Amino acid sequence: MDALFPRAGISMVHILERLGHRVICPEEIACCGQPPFNSGYFAEARSMAGPVLEALKTAEAVVIGSGSCGAMVKKFYPELFAGTPQAALAEQIASKTWEFSDFLVNKLGVTELGAHFPARVTFHDGCHGLRELGIKASPRALLRQVRGLELIEMKEAATCCGFGGTFAAKFPAISTAMGEVKCSSALETGAEYIVSNDSSCLMHVQGLLSRQGQSLKTLHLAEVLAQQ
Amino acid sequence: MSTNATQFQAAAEKVTGDLRQRQFIRTALGNYEIARDLRKASFQSWESARQTAATTKWQAINHLDTHLEALVAKLEARGTKVHWASNGVQAREIILAIVRDKKARSIIKSKAMTSEEIHLNDALEKAGFDVVESDLGEFIVQLRGEAPYHIVFPSMHLTRGQIRELFQKELGSTSSDSPEELTMVARQVMRHKYITADIGFTGGNFAIAETGMISITENEGNARLTAALPKTMVTLLGIEKVLPKLSDLALFLPMLATAGAGQALTCYNTMYGGPRQPGEVDGPEEWHVILLDNHRTELLADAEQRDALHCIRCGACLNVCPIFRNVGGHTYGTTYSGPVGSVITPHLRGLQDWKHLSSASSLCGACTEACPVKIDLHHHLLQNRRNAATEKPAFFERLGYRLLAFIANDRVLWLVAKKIGRLTQPLQHFVKGTALDPARAWTKTRDLPPLAPVSFKEWWRNRS
Amino acid sequence: MVEEPVMTERDKILTRIREALQVPAAQPGAHDARPATAAAPSSAIGEARRWLPKVGASFDEQLALFAKNAADLKANFQLFASVEELNAALVQLRVAENWQRVASHQAELSSRACTVLDLPVCWTDRGYDVLEMEKCDAGITECDALIAQTGSVLVTTRSAGGRALSILPPHHVVIARRTQLVADLTAAFALIQQKYAPDYPSMISFITGPSRTGDIERILVLGAHGPKKLTIFCL
Repeated sequence: MDALFPRAGISMVHILERLGHRVICPEEIACCGQPPFNSGYFAEARSMAGPVLEALKTAEAVVIGSGSCGAMVKKFYPELFAGTPQAALAEQIASKTWEFSDFLVNKLGVTELGAHFPARVTFHDGCHGLRELGIKASPRALLRQVRGLELIEMKEAATCCGFGGTFAAKFPAISTAMGEVKCSSALETGAEYIVSNDSSCLMHVQGLLSRQGQSLKTLHLAEVLAQQ
Repeated sequence: MSTNATQFQAAAEKVTGDLRQRQFIRTALGNYEIARDLRKASFQSWESARQTAATTKWQAINHLDTHLEALVAKLEARGTKVHWASNGVQAREIILAIVRDKKARSIIKSKAMTSEEIHLNDALEKAGFDVVESDLGEFIVQLRGEAPYHIVFPSMHLTRGQIRELFQKELGSTSSDSPEELTMVARQVMRHKYITADIGFTGGNFAIAETGMISITENEGNARLTAALPKTMVTLLGIEKVLPKLSDLALFLPMLATAGAGQALTCYNTMYGGPRQPGEVDGPEEWHVILLDNHRTELLADAEQRDALHCIRCGACLNVCPIFRNVGGHTYGTTYSGPVGSVITPHLRGLQDWKHLSSASSLCGACTEACPVKIDLHHHLLQNRRNAATEKPAFFERLGYRLLAFIANDRVLWLVAKKIGRLTQPLQHFVKGTALDPARAWTKTRDLPPLAPVSFKEWWRNRS
Repeated sequence: MVEEPVMTERDKILTRIREALQVPAAQPGAHDARPATAAAPSSAIGEARRWLPKVGASFDEQLALFAKNAADLKANFQLFASVEELNAALVQLRVAENWQRVASHQAELSSRACTVLDLPVCWTDRGYDVLEMEKCDAGITECDALIAQTGSVLVTTRSAGGRALSILPPHHVVIARRTQLVADLTAAFALIQQKYAPDYPSMISFITGPSRTGDIERILVLGAHGPKKLTIFCL
């Protein structure tokens, strides 16, 4: 999100500050460590995740704008650090970590953000957010409050887009095929935007749509919600 | 990459490029989904049923020795001959010995994935015995000399036209391509085989410890016939098929049918408790039951993944898996495909040779969600990856992650990396998609997003 | 000299199992992000009933459910108020299907049905020739139960004349009594255990509709190997 989709992060900051919260983005860390983790290199994953734990120690709440990174911190950090000196810290951080839409709706109890975005959108459920964190209702609750926005569900909303991290590079043919299914399903809805709470999914889908010359665009949930 | 992995990649490329086949698979599975969702909705609570089923299987597997002993005692008390096979070689030897002893001229089989696992048909044919698969789907792939495409729907990849041509070529049939007529062709061929076969071979879906019975689930009736007419019956099943009580079937039979085929119950669910008993008018004079280990005890010893042995072979995980749906069953190149196959094959056939199956997944978790006995499938894929990397790390990959960690954890290095990236990205345009392109795996089919001119961290720094 | 006893494969496998189980495994469903609302129950007979589709308590509800399921399964189910009506229907069936010979077993309902049909019968009771049964147009049997929840017929070697009679002939006719109707599979298994334990019939089968396959393009075809037609006449 830092290098490729900063607008999503910037939008998150704006939204949270408008709600009266103090936002801190630790500068010393850049990656939750999921790439090595998913490939089975747990020691290397720990070397990336350890500094993340330290940097988040003093936070009251940790809000992550990605279902997959959110799942990494909330579900997998305790497993990754089990039996190590940072085990307790990992549990502590996990217990105060939230995916962005989950945080707004279920922690802050907010769905109305004064957002205005007149467009037809369809929502893609990132797998980690959906199945590891149980996030399905909160993004939709937020989108329904956006003035002028029409939400159309696609048939394959909950089907994996095919990114899967290193999977996209290791098994490109399969990854592309899965992405094509997602793109077709989104195109069928006639939506102008595919919205998701996971930038990596959006990157993959956008990459396919651009190559196909489609006008359908992708947007992060936070970017939509920040529109006034 | 092992040769299996190379073959997998090649097969995956071929099938993902075949839009017609992909669409065909998706249509077939789409019909299944509609039926399955209807059935699930009719449950008072499908999710609670899953939990009960998971708990029952947990009890069964974590007391496997006790249950197996009870099962075998009851089976043997009624005249069944029970054999124990530590591996496929032993299982084949036991079956060959029975077949030779009976001087069998004709063997009829009903569907048994464990028999595929041990390559039984091959061994029997090489030893000069005639084996016929009676299940229609298995019969079709047997005629084609192919492996089954799916553990429940062996011939789902074939059109009626292909089957018509096959029957014409192999059986001299003149039928049209109507599924009804084609089925009747197979039915006719099979009648004679049932009546004249010396040996009927079956698998088993569940083994009931309490009453000493083997339960077989089917729709066609071919297993019922296989178990009724031939003089000798042979049943092969994995040791993990055990359930503690007969009444457990009241839950498992509907769940297997629902998850596996979108049916409330399959057509025939039959429990066998022994060979023909005194006073009975028909049935096999001898019944041999072979209990197969073949690395299952190793999987049992892996406490983290032990629940993979809860599998009831319903195929639900295959049906929902986006990888399976796009590459099909043959791509896996092994008996058990889809998510469960990708979890257990490294255990059954070697971690380093088959770890690629566990890697070929986006870990979406649809499988775990679909599993009627709540196996933690997608996490097991991750655990297999971890075990494989720990046992034999890939030098450059590990180095890459160490480098990534080094750069990501250093504020300055990270910034420098982004700046270099922004400078060189325009160059990528010239080599995009070619052999020189470092991102070729991505750019062959997808565009890369441009690096943002101002990254988030730079924006953050500037505002404070 | 004392020799080591030779370990059988059975011993080896059981030993491996016992060693493996020394390390405990996590409780089932521990990984679930959204655990089931009910507390994790132990495996008790009542559990299946709590989660499977609900079945009405009254006879009429259960009968209606059985009838509906049978119709969905393309089984021909008819309830008769009297023996005379049942007999008439049997004769009608014989004529409509042009039966020439039938197979059956000696039991009150099945024997009477065969008398009414007045056709040559291949009786299974004292052994039979498979080739003779293969020539029969229908197999007529009794049953142990009719199961409302699934529209199934429960047969065993003892209630249905052996293993082949209810599966080989192309038309399976079941003669049942309405008192044989039970609510669900749980009740059916309880019935089996009450009626037969410990000396169970060697085959116990739940028949749910005529034989079928979906192996060709997932299209449903009836009469794959087992009977193409299933008729259930209930008194």
